[in-house]
Amino acid sequence: MSEAQSTEKKPVTYINTPVAVKYDYTAGKATSDFMRAVAQGKILGNRCPQCNRVYVPNFLVCVQCAVPMGEPFEVPDSGIVLTFCIVNIKFYDQVLEVPYVSAYVLLDGTDLPLMHLVQECNVNDVRMGMRVKAVWKEELSPSLESIRYFKPTGEPDAALETFKEYL
Amino acid sequence: MGRRCAVIGIGQTKYMDRNLAVSHRGLIRDAANKALADAKMTWQDIDCIVIGKAPDTIEGVMMPELYLADALGAQGKPLFRVHTAGSVGGSTAIVGTKMVASGVHDRVLVIGWQKQSESQATWALSPRIPFQPPLTAGAGGFFAPHVRAYIRQSNAPDHIGIKVAYKDRKHALKNPYAHLHQPDLTLEAIKNSPMLWDPIRFGETCPSSDGACAMVIVSEKYADRSASPPAWIHGTAWRSEPTIMAGRDQVNPLGGRECAKDVYRQAGVTNPRKDFDCAEIYVPFSWFEPMWLENLGFAERGEGWKLTDKGATSLDEGGDIPWNCSGGVLSSNPIGASGTIRFAEAAMQVRGTAGEHQVEGAKLALGHAYGGGSQFFAMWVVGSKKP
Repeated sequence: MSEAQSTEKKPVTYINTPVAVKYDYTAGKATSDFMRAVAQGKILGNRCPQCNRVYVPNFLVCVQCAVPMGEPFEVPDSGIVLTFCIVNIKFYDQVLEVPYVSAYVLLDGTDLPLMHLVQECNVNDVRMGMRVKAVWKEELSPSLESIRYFKPTGEPDAALETFKEYL
Repeated sequence: MGRRCAVIGIGQTKYMDRNLAVSHRGLIRDAANKALADAKMTWQDIDCIVIGKAPDTIEGVMMPELYLADALGAQGKPLFRVHTAGSVGGSTAIVGTKMVASGVHDRVLVIGWQKQSESQATWALSPRIPFQPPLTAGAGGFFAPHVRAYIRQSNAPDHIGIKVAYKDRKHALKNPYAHLHQPDLTLEAIKNSPMLWDPIRFGETCPSSDGACAMVIVSEKYADRSASPPAWIHGTAWRSEPTIMAGRDQVNPLGGRECAKDVYRQAGVTNPRKDFDCAEIYVPFSWFEPMWLENLGFAERGEGWKLTDKGATSLDEGGDIPWNCSGGVLSSNPIGASGTIRFAEAAMQVRGTAGEHQVEGAKLALGHAYGGGSQFFAMWVVGSKKP
């Protein structure tokens, strides 16, 4: 834009033309069940009858075994930070203020991590294996944004050996 | 893999931050013209054209294949677009190869390109996913946690990531087409560059580039009578895997391991470190060099960083298995072309046409690309001799 707007008359070689798209999203049955539960402050998972792994959110079909998953059940809202990064980069249309910690959180008794924020501690104090618990918003909605972030519980970290198969 | 086939022409544009001199049409035509000139062929000689670039939001230009038939001389000829995210440049070359190997066509032009300057890739790769917190922050934000996991699992020292970036950018000084030419770059400067996605520094990250890379792939009959040296294709393989799957290994993905196993079997490679003279591997963030050294079987699990540390992958240090002599993705990254460039640079090495970054006497080379959330893999093995 700067070239086009400059007072000197130069040929236009480059213009910015932002685009926006609005769309309807069909969540499907599994995600709809999950989000309705989140709106009640519950996190749902379900187990594959073949490989025994617990998916969070609940899935209709096991990604590995391609068999129907079991009935959804509530899982704990506490777990460990599997791994994470500290986001310092700024980019167009960014919502969160940097720096923030984007983490894979493995809830207790489950086998697929959720991606979420870790807050209430210095970003440099977040560690792989750190115990965390969800902090919920007062007003819940059918979105994982109903969880404001995960915060450290202060319990001892899990040893790498106990979670390395999930990395 | 069907009929024998070979690369007999390669064309690249100078990779740069913002190529304002040409449109998409001009960019791809520039690369294609150079490839045809290298093959000593004309547009009339081409039977089929296969193109690839990464998702359209990355440059904000939707479905350019709809208006590229004219620029590509494709009137009355088949024109296909391939779409496998960042690995697309490799997948495109494989589709072109299969067109020839299967006997459908004899002379195929493949082109990968991207004009990243026309949009904002980090924005495009940071979509607001419905019902999710807005965490995603570009490709680096996706890969950085897995890099952290690799570092923790392998106990690799911090300087490995810095060394890969330094090594590849020194290689780039020998490649006139490379985007980044930083003769004064130091290890210190990379170390002191900002942590964009801790543990990934700015200096350990690929640039955003404009550029195109084209290849002419022909059947044995045409390769035999070619005045240009052929790079014979000894094997091609591709694999995909789900992004979200419980138990998925994102540090050492199964798809990559199986893809490598498949292409090595076709090419008769039993010991990649010994059998290959060099490799062009998709390393957009420096830590992916040691990760892929392990994934592709050049080193045991947890040991890849030791090869990097010893200089085994460095042309300048006289390493036994130089990786990314062209400067790699860390020095030039027009995303849709980046895989094509890896495949083309591997072919250049075995043709003996790599110029200053030539590995002396290179006979067998590996080209590699991956894309999405480490979920698409494409590889080929090229050699100076017929398979």
